[in-house]
Amino acid sequence: MERAAIVGVGQTRYERSKEGIVAELVYEATCRALDDAGMKIGDIDSVVTVSNDFWDGRTISCMAVADAAGCYGKDASTVECDGAFGAFYGLMRVLSGYDTTLVVAHSKVSEGNPRIITNAAFDPIYERSLGLDAISASALQARAYMKKFGVTEEQCALVSVKNHRNARNNPYAHVPLDISVEDVMKSPKLADPIKVLDASPLSDGACAVIFAVESAAAKRAKKPVWVKGVSHCTDAYRLGERDLTYSIALESAARRAYQMAGITDPWRQIDVAEVYDAFSYMELMWYEGLGFCDRGQGGRLIESGKTGMAGELPVNPSGGVLSAHSVLVAGLARIAEAVLQLRGEAGKRQVAGARTALAQGINGICAQQHCVWIVSTEQ
Amino acid sequence: MARRTAIVGIGQTYHCARRDDVNGQELINEAVTRALEDAGLTMKDIDAIVIGNMDHFEAINYVDGWSVDGSGAFMRPIMKLTTGGTSGMTVATAGYYHVASGFFDVVLAIGWEMNSSSDTTAAITTCCQPLIERDFFAGAIGPLAAEYTAYIKRFGATEEDAALVSVRDHNNALNNPHAHLRTRITVEDVMKSPVLCYPIKLLDMCPRSDGACALIYACEGKAEKLAPRPAWVHTIAGSRDFVYMGEPFQHEELITLERASARAYKRAGITDPLKEIDVMELYLPASTTGVKWMESLWVCGRGEAPRLIREGVFNMDGQLPVNPSGGPLATNPIGATAMIRVGEAALQIMGKAGDRQVPNVRTALATAFGSCSWSDVTILRDTKP
Repeated sequence: MERAAIVGVGQTRYERSKEGIVAELVYEATCRALDDAGMKIGDIDSVVTVSNDFWDGRTISCMAVADAAGCYGKDASTVECDGAFGAFYGLMRVLSGYDTTLVVAHSKVSEGNPRIITNAAFDPIYERSLGLDAISASALQARAYMKKFGVTEEQCALVSVKNHRNARNNPYAHVPLDISVEDVMKSPKLADPIKVLDASPLSDGACAVIFAVESAAAKRAKKPVWVKGVSHCTDAYRLGERDLTYSIALESAARRAYQMAGITDPWRQIDVAEVYDAFSYMELMWYEGLGFCDRGQGGRLIESGKTGMAGELPVNPSGGVLSAHSVLVAGLARIAEAVLQLRGEAGKRQVAGARTALAQGINGICAQQHCVWIVSTEQ
Repeated sequence: MARRTAIVGIGQTYHCARRDDVNGQELINEAVTRALEDAGLTMKDIDAIVIGNMDHFEAINYVDGWSVDGSGAFMRPIMKLTTGGTSGMTVATAGYYHVASGFFDVVLAIGWEMNSSSDTTAAITTCCQPLIERDFFAGAIGPLAAEYTAYIKRFGATEEDAALVSVRDHNNALNNPHAHLRTRITVEDVMKSPVLCYPIKLLDMCPRSDGACALIYACEGKAEKLAPRPAWVHTIAGSRDFVYMGEPFQHEELITLERASARAYKRAGITDPLKEIDVMELYLPASTTGVKWMESLWVCGRGEAPRLIREGVFNMDGQLPVNPSGGPLATNPIGATAMIRVGEAALQIMGKAGDRQVPNVRTALATAFGSCSWSDVTILRDTKP
């Protein structure tokens, strides 16, 4: 396989009810990624935009951002999944003949009704009328996971405390907070056992990443970050057909990504991880699926502090999705944050000496789909 | 560089206005099962899946996850892509890149639509900018009517020229067991059909159908074993225009098709498409486009298409048969329509097109049209690129 690298990243600040239309967010992220790479839009051969007609409230939602992403006259396409999946398609295109591909995702969650939008992901005949949505379904998953392994609400709250504190070092983050476990426990319930501070915020924002083949990467402004492994996998559709307490899809995606990257001991070989913690319990489950700890040990791992900024494997130095959740953007933002870490450009959230990073994206209800990326400073 | 990749299996459903006998997952499964049978494969052989449709036609969010029982994506990678009318080729193209990039060896691409679940024109109207454009944009017919009116004025083309295209495609569909509309019609029938938006009449316009299409892409080394005559992908090219109707909107030529086909011809080494291409499967949403867009495909000069159409150059027995399947005028499950173009082009290369087979096809071209006059072009051949 020919080698490909990430040569540019750009993010907007993540905020509630951002001003401007989605095209303006996309334009801002695209320009920042181009500046970062020392490129002009004319240097981009192909474009992959990421959008979803439900979240954008219009059909063929890619039309609304095509001009802003510089699609005019170009070969462009649109992935309607989380940005980590869109990035995978961008990578495929640079490995198949395009020297460079821009991937850009946007979200203005503030303009829609997430309850109705995520309810529309359920079976229209049997499940929608129950009123299930992303939060209530995740609460079922959280409860099932906690009951099976004896994970406590306080252990979940530790994730929220860690990530919101980390977010104070990230200028792009939406909700940087200095909070305690008690604060999380006292915050209002959304759907038992999920409380407000266990849940990610609704953030508007955009993120862009530029991929290049080896020959094109060498010409760019910044040190390239190389893609070592990437894989994604899908679980069953209906919640009742899944083991909600453990993600076999994540395990499978991680196994294949590790295999491609030559990783046999993820805990030792990965220096920093950015995972998709839409709810606090998810980070614990993802520790297990990613092989950072044994099944059911996620609660113990967070208690040990080993995934904190000073720990052996810092997870979500950016503050993670709990501190900024632009739906569809968040997986791409994980990749962008991983790139900043490997370049040593992560500012106050920098993990010293990071050489190999993991980024994770999820898609669908209760993370039906997972996408795992391994990126590295080494070719 | 890209790995050599070919289409080795094609599956299409039974298409009609309402498929009340199946739900969406079952419709998808019908196409998937047929594609697998065509390639002599089972789900175990599939490494990854790509799928696409237009969300608001069925009102199902996260179709990639929802469709798992029909697509076979359980514990496999599945990715959803959507770009409007071009979706079918967008998904087919993604299937190609999945293989060409070296990540996967055998990939299933699925395009589908159950248009009967919604009001198509109401849903499509929401593609427009909500404050400025949505109130007066009334679906896909208006812009197509405007561009042909301009073409009539400039080149002296007639409504009958468009009717000839309609007659050709509808009557070709009589040879296609998968076609939705299979009725023999005459120019007179077209001219007498009710006007939808002048100069486009009912029989000039595509129907909306329920249906699905699935294609299987395989890498070099596997493709030759799976199909005696694989349809090798030589090039795929796309081009995008501006997205606001008020921006320099081209009424006189389809600039995206001009650019995409020129790029595709250059990459495939084609200098005289009329002579060098054996069959075309074109995304013609209205018969009028079957006149005007032939020029954007560089098969003739400006204003020359009506003469070629009157001479029957694009008929089944002509120099360059267009839409032996009947095209979108006969069958239009929107998210699948452009994929069917690629699938039909592949069937022609593979010699499996049955009664609609054009003899000795070695180079076939398929197009897609959608969104804001965006175009994609795929060129297939019986030889490796």
